[in-house]
Amino acid sequence: MFGKLTLQAIPFDQPIIMGTCMVIIIGILAILGLITYKRKWTWLWTEWLTTVDHKRIGIMYTLLAMVMLLRGFSDAIMMRSQQALASGNAHGFLPPEHYDQIFSAHGTIMIFFMAMPFVVGLMNFVVPLQIGARDVAFPVLNSVSFWLTAAGALLINISLGVGEFARTGWLAYPPLSELPFSPGVGVDYYLWSLQISGVGTLLSGVNLVTTILKLRAPGMTLSKMPVFSWTALAANMLIVAAFPVLTATFAMLLLDRYLGMHFFTNDGGGNPMMYINLIWSWGHPEVYILILPAFGIFSEVIATFSRKPLFGYRSMVVATMAITLLAFTTWLHHFFTMGSGADVNGFFGVTTMVIAIPTGVKIFNWLFTMYGGRVRFTSPVLWTIGFMVTFTIGGMTGVLMAVPPADFVLHNSLFLIAHFHNVIIGGVVFGCFAGLTYWFPKAFGFRLHEGLGKAAFWFWFVGFYLAFMPLYVLGFMGMTRRMNHYDDPAWLPYLLVAECGAVCILVGILLQVAQLVWSIRKRDQLSVDARDPWDARTLEWSTTSPPPAYNFALLPKVEGLDAYWEAKQGVNAPMHKNYEPIDIPKNSGLGFFTSFLAVVGGFGMIWHIVWMGVLALFAFLVLLAWWSWDEHDEYELKPSDIARLERASLLTS
Amino acid sequence: MPFQHWRKPALGASVAIACAWLSACSEGVLDPKGPVGAQEKQLLLEALIPMLMVITPIILLTLWFAWWFRASNARAKYRPQWEYSGHLEFSIWMIPLLVILFLGSLAWVGAHQLDPYRPLVSKRKPVTVEVVAMDWRWLFIYPDQGVASVNELAIPVGTPISLHLTSATVMNSFFVPSLGGQIYAMPGMQTTLSLLADEPGSYRGLSAQFSGDGFSDMHFQVLATDDKAFNAWVDHAKAEGVRLDDVAYNQLVAKQATGGVVYYSPVTQELFAHAMESATRRSVTAEVPSPASSSVTLTAAAKEH
Repeated sequence: MFGKLTLQAIPFDQPIIMGTCMVIIIGILAILGLITYKRKWTWLWTEWLTTVDHKRIGIMYTLLAMVMLLRGFSDAIMMRSQQALASGNAHGFLPPEHYDQIFSAHGTIMIFFMAMPFVVGLMNFVVPLQIGARDVAFPVLNSVSFWLTAAGALLINISLGVGEFARTGWLAYPPLSELPFSPGVGVDYYLWSLQISGVGTLLSGVNLVTTILKLRAPGMTLSKMPVFSWTALAANMLIVAAFPVLTATFAMLLLDRYLGMHFFTNDGGGNPMMYINLIWSWGHPEVYILILPAFGIFSEVIATFSRKPLFGYRSMVVATMAITLLAFTTWLHHFFTMGSGADVNGFFGVTTMVIAIPTGVKIFNWLFTMYGGRVRFTSPVLWTIGFMVTFTIGGMTGVLMAVPPADFVLHNSLFLIAHFHNVIIGGVVFGCFAGLTYWFPKAFGFRLHEGLGKAAFWFWFVGFYLAFMPLYVLGFMGMTRRMNHYDDPAWLPYLLVAECGAVCILVGILLQVAQLVWSIRKRDQLSVDARDPWDARTLEWSTTSPPPAYNFALLPKVEGLDAYWEAKQGVNAPMHKNYEPIDIPKNSGLGFFTSFLAVVGGFGMIWHIVWMGVLALFAFLVLLAWWSWDEHDEYELKPSDIARLERASLLTS
Repeated sequence: MPFQHWRKPALGASVAIACAWLSACSEGVLDPKGPVGAQEKQLLLEALIPMLMVITPIILLTLWFAWWFRASNARAKYRPQWEYSGHLEFSIWMIPLLVILFLGSLAWVGAHQLDPYRPLVSKRKPVTVEVVAMDWRWLFIYPDQGVASVNELAIPVGTPISLHLTSATVMNSFFVPSLGGQIYAMPGMQTTLSLLADEPGSYRGLSAQFSGDGFSDMHFQVLATDDKAFNAWVDHAKAEGVRLDDVAYNQLVAKQATGGVVYYSPVTQELFAHAMESATRRSVTAEVPSPASSSVTLTAAAKEH
């Protein structure tokens, strides 16, 4: 009846896990209690849970990412503490079977449920506003995408208290992830949560590509499209091309595990090397899916706060598209040590380096954007300059490892760990924080507190260097990744410094939480000039903050790059107020209910409760059919309503 | 093995600091004890130093531009329309292009010169060692000497070692940081790696690919000695060793454990072939300990040296 699920699945004997679960459950109960006490259930349902407004969905994505950042960081600081304690004969406070779950969960959560939702959330919020559209192309699908991602995140976090998570590393290499070596439900949690969220990401990619290609404001040709939208287009094209590979790869591993097939097993003619090739032919484009939008954010930030157009717009676009294409040609550099032979290794070494050319060009473009500018050192600019310095170092160590013989001595070492945290924290995470601070006033109508934001930046920045520079050295000393304990006492001092770095980052995160709380409480003081607080250049700043449901009462006419800046420079032509009716999509519960069924079905399949999985699938098909016949999915705003709403928003802002 | 000792003068303060910082490491890839590791280190520095020369000015320019063009600096000239310069655009594509042209050829040539499959050139006949990765130990078979050992790789100094690797279990990666090179050991497949030790010593070897709960203790010791001591080691293994045939091998593989040095002699012919083939026959219901019991079998690494 309940498959593999018994009461023993809950680790009552593990005080760390049980304590964490208690805190989480109390936290959730407190939030639910507060909502009930404030009688906000209807508001929550109509304004957020069933919304199909791209802005709100973007905000929910970002919120999910920030919560998952806390989860992923807890894993990180536990790993750092374990390695700081497990020197010589000491074995630290985490036994291998727990530690192995922690590093697997850290990687999985940080990439799939922190970085991805953060980037997707910012694109979701900004892109339609920036290209002068009223919403994304498929608003209901957008809600489904978000809720599927949330379903995956929920499932992966259920594994904390019910059962276990994978003990295989974040990419679950077979044969270790195959049934003979991982008989528990950990890998199944991994596979089902990523399958569910992966479908969501793919749908979101389709949605944004369509939006960017079809819904740009009149006059905005591709060559007049802001750089963030270009990078979003590139990233979403990569999503559309790469995520099906991930889904297919995981599907094969699922067939191995559930139906005894032999795609990647040791026996029966399976070949684990195929999995490693396939997963990285998704995995390498994935890093560009994350970093390209971050490049876009830095481009917007640096141009706005230098009060100058971006230097070399065409170069930037060409470089972005070059990276998009080249992203699919480098995957083998993740396993030069597999023994593919000199020609293959040499080829992928060179293709990897070729990507550094357009990336290097971008660095120069940002550099010369500041040249001749009037740079205002706001916190988004601090994140950007911190990025330019840090990412350059990370890029260098990446090119270093693209030399196959150098990789032979650095592969899987802490040097590698330092390298990719160098580009992912220094690139993606700094980019997301820059974007968050930059667009926050657009989303909510008030700014984030600058002082706390700057303090958070400095703790993150210094903390990053303290935490990861020692790891480069440890890599040279031959320390490999994923060690639970070690007996070389020479490594300890470096690991202690890294632990201090992690604590610094913790302070940075706490400051960001404080910044958020403080800014919300003091929002009245921070809401000055909320339409265009940074004197910015692109269209999203031409509408009110927060924008109305329809984004633009009158669709903007674009005549050049930096459309809003040019409009601000021109004489104030009297705006014609001939509003036309606007169709607005109605709320839809499809996403929320799909997500609910995905969690139920996924949970059933993880625990081999087949009837639960089948029932959820059947219910989903019924739901889909019912929704497909719903023809009243839009309502019309009349010109008089728009005029009234516009007057009201002018009064409040 | 021809190997030119190469020292490039430190170029610029940043390079000097970086080198001083790196040379502070004791054992590891920057203190190689053999020609493979030495060439890999040399290549690493040949790639690192030119890149440092490019990125250091970029980082300094970033900080300087940001500072000089700060909004409060009235002396900095404001060029609100300046967004394009043909010469500059040309240069910013050419600089990374040239650097990558140089590094790319380094990568291509290096990949061929240091191909792990390429035998080392030496007057001396290589010693063949067949390596099997297990949960979570390393088995070293010396087919010509008729001995085998667990977790101890004895090699004669100055003689090329030809390693053939496979795995009885999940994927592992064979790595001796002091000697250089690294290659996966994969079930049902054979990879090859050639190494050579110039100096006698005891070097640390490990698996660099996570392989399960006992992974952290899956290390071994490389004993690089002169020929006399190597022969004595072989004799010792012969004297102390127990027979290793297919049955004994299967028992050894089935037991999940870490640490401890064991010697075997005699070793049946074709044992490595049996190891390769039997890894692909492991059925789903094979001797799989439950997650709870696998941690019980873990023992702390035995210190034999």
